[in-house]
Amino acid sequence: MSDTLPDSTAADAAETPLHDDAQIVARGLWKRFQQGSGPSFDAVKGIDLEVRKGEAFGFLGPNGAGKSSTMRMIAGVSPVSDGELRIFGMDPAVDGPTIRGRLGVCPQEDNLDQELNVFDNLYVYGRYFGLPKQVVRERAGELLEFAKLTEKSKARVDELSGGMKRRLTIARSLINKPDLLLLDEPTTGLDPQARHLLWDQLFRLKHAGVTLVLSTHYMDEAEQLCDRLVVMDKGVIVAEGAPLELIRAHSTREVAELRFGAGEHAAHAELLGDLGERVEVLPDRLLVYTEDGEEVLARTHERGLQPLATLVRRSSLEDVFLRLTGRTLVD
Amino acid sequence: MAVSTDSDAVAPDAPPAAPRDLPFVEGVQRQVDYWAIVWARTWRGVIVSSFLSPFLYVLAMGVLLGGFIEADPDELEGATSYLAFVVPGLIAAHAMQTAVSETTWPVMGMIKWQRIYESMLATPLQPRHLVGAHLASVALHLSATCGLYTLVMLPFGVFESWWGPILAFASQVLCGMTFATLVYAFSTRNRSEEGFGVLFRLGVFPLFLFSGAFFPVSNLGDVGSWLARLTPLWQGVNLSRMFALDNVTWWVAGLNVAVLVVLMLLGWRWSVSGLTKRMIT
Repeated sequence: MSDTLPDSTAADAAETPLHDDAQIVARGLWKRFQQGSGPSFDAVKGIDLEVRKGEAFGFLGPNGAGKSSTMRMIAGVSPVSDGELRIFGMDPAVDGPTIRGRLGVCPQEDNLDQELNVFDNLYVYGRYFGLPKQVVRERAGELLEFAKLTEKSKARVDELSGGMKRRLTIARSLINKPDLLLLDEPTTGLDPQARHLLWDQLFRLKHAGVTLVLSTHYMDEAEQLCDRLVVMDKGVIVAEGAPLELIRAHSTREVAELRFGAGEHAAHAELLGDLGERVEVLPDRLLVYTEDGEEVLARTHERGLQPLATLVRRSSLEDVFLRLTGRTLVD
Repeated sequence: MAVSTDSDAVAPDAPPAAPRDLPFVEGVQRQVDYWAIVWARTWRGVIVSSFLSPFLYVLAMGVLLGGFIEADPDELEGATSYLAFVVPGLIAAHAMQTAVSETTWPVMGMIKWQRIYESMLATPLQPRHLVGAHLASVALHLSATCGLYTLVMLPFGVFESWWGPILAFASQVLCGMTFATLVYAFSTRNRSEEGFGVLFRLGVFPLFLFSGAFFPVSNLGDVGSWLARLTPLWQGVNLSRMFALDNVTWWVAGLNVAVLVVLMLLGWRWSVSGLTKRMIT
């Protein structure tokens, strides 16, 4: 990837989506940040993508991969540095208010009004969209039911748990019945129970036909929720496809994880290198990529090696990411 | 991924389309419910502080301190007592302080701490709508504060005509709004709380003390008095006092209004550009 912005006319030439029902089309999308006269920073470097109506689409990558910058451009609150971006066929630079009127946005950090009660948070937000008072009241009641917060309707936001705040933020993002819901790291910081409750609600939205676009650095979340995703690293897309397709294309069926003593993993990798298609050395364990993990463990023991702990599991998107970038998702 | 074809090409010389913005008034109206809820929570405090603050100031400065001051009305810009002199200036200075306190930490909080503006900008609202609604709330606060201040002062007999307090009230709100837009613009560019400390120490306090609220600026000497007359607060103090004392030099009043209006419009422009640069990155 060149470190200069591409010729914008080249990006302009690719404006028509492949699919008529595409809700997001990006061609050569670029985001460059410039702080005063200091060096510039390219957060997104010429990515192409297309999201169709009703899809659950994910951006998977570690912190700093460019996911949030891309989401902010899609949300119409960050100008595109170069390339083309169309949301519902419209340019965010021209039709920002119209586009945002059809979007729901759930940001990475909750930005609820802590001073207002739960109901009022939904109510005033609905009014920002120009919805009539009675309509907003009815929808707020429905959404409190959806978010399992009806009993907390009059509670102040700062009295809610983290999971409740997250559910309220998602409920708030649905007040305008959006065609497209943007969720930036929707379950970061939540305990497992709260995550599963949230996933259940996102499934229900997906079945109701809402297009979901989410960014996450949790591979299980991406696998659970996304029909299709892109893996991002350092501002570029390194892979694209359905979760299972990506795993099949870039990893083996199973992975044998072997934990040895500290500092012994590199030496053992040499000894076990022929047992799988590939061996990855992590600071705390070895990963042997194979079609049969139990067979790897048996042959390891046959060679007189005694790992401190072992685990055989199916390949995941974490392995795809490791293969494509040489790094783990959570550095 | 789509493959580009020549037929997809956009003419390279096609001018970029003009943004289709949400009308200003509509964007502000959509926030009325939000600010109404904020006001429903805070109005009691506004009323109490609007009553208490002028009462204490007037008691201390106008009555107790003013009891020692006996000066020729010519030296007090036409006021027959120090109380009548100091009250219009104090209300204008109080408007400045109210405006500054409403546009410093509250603006930073909505940008940086509670991030209310971030949530608002995820909707069809745009930065100028946010600035408009926030400043409209400040104008309401100023009207309540200056109006109550004036009502509290009515029994003291410090106003020389029935229309004087009305025009003085309008001048005080104008003066406050000028500071509101300028300080709002500062707050959108200010990254840390320390900036507000500097603003108060080097801006608000010197203005409060030396812009003619407590004594005629002619006491500052030739250079000092002209420097004081260049400050926005003096414009407001002078207007407020001329109307309250029914001692109006109309060309000076016109000049005072013009300076305040120009500064207010500049502040408005800087506020919108500052919030846009801060939030739309």
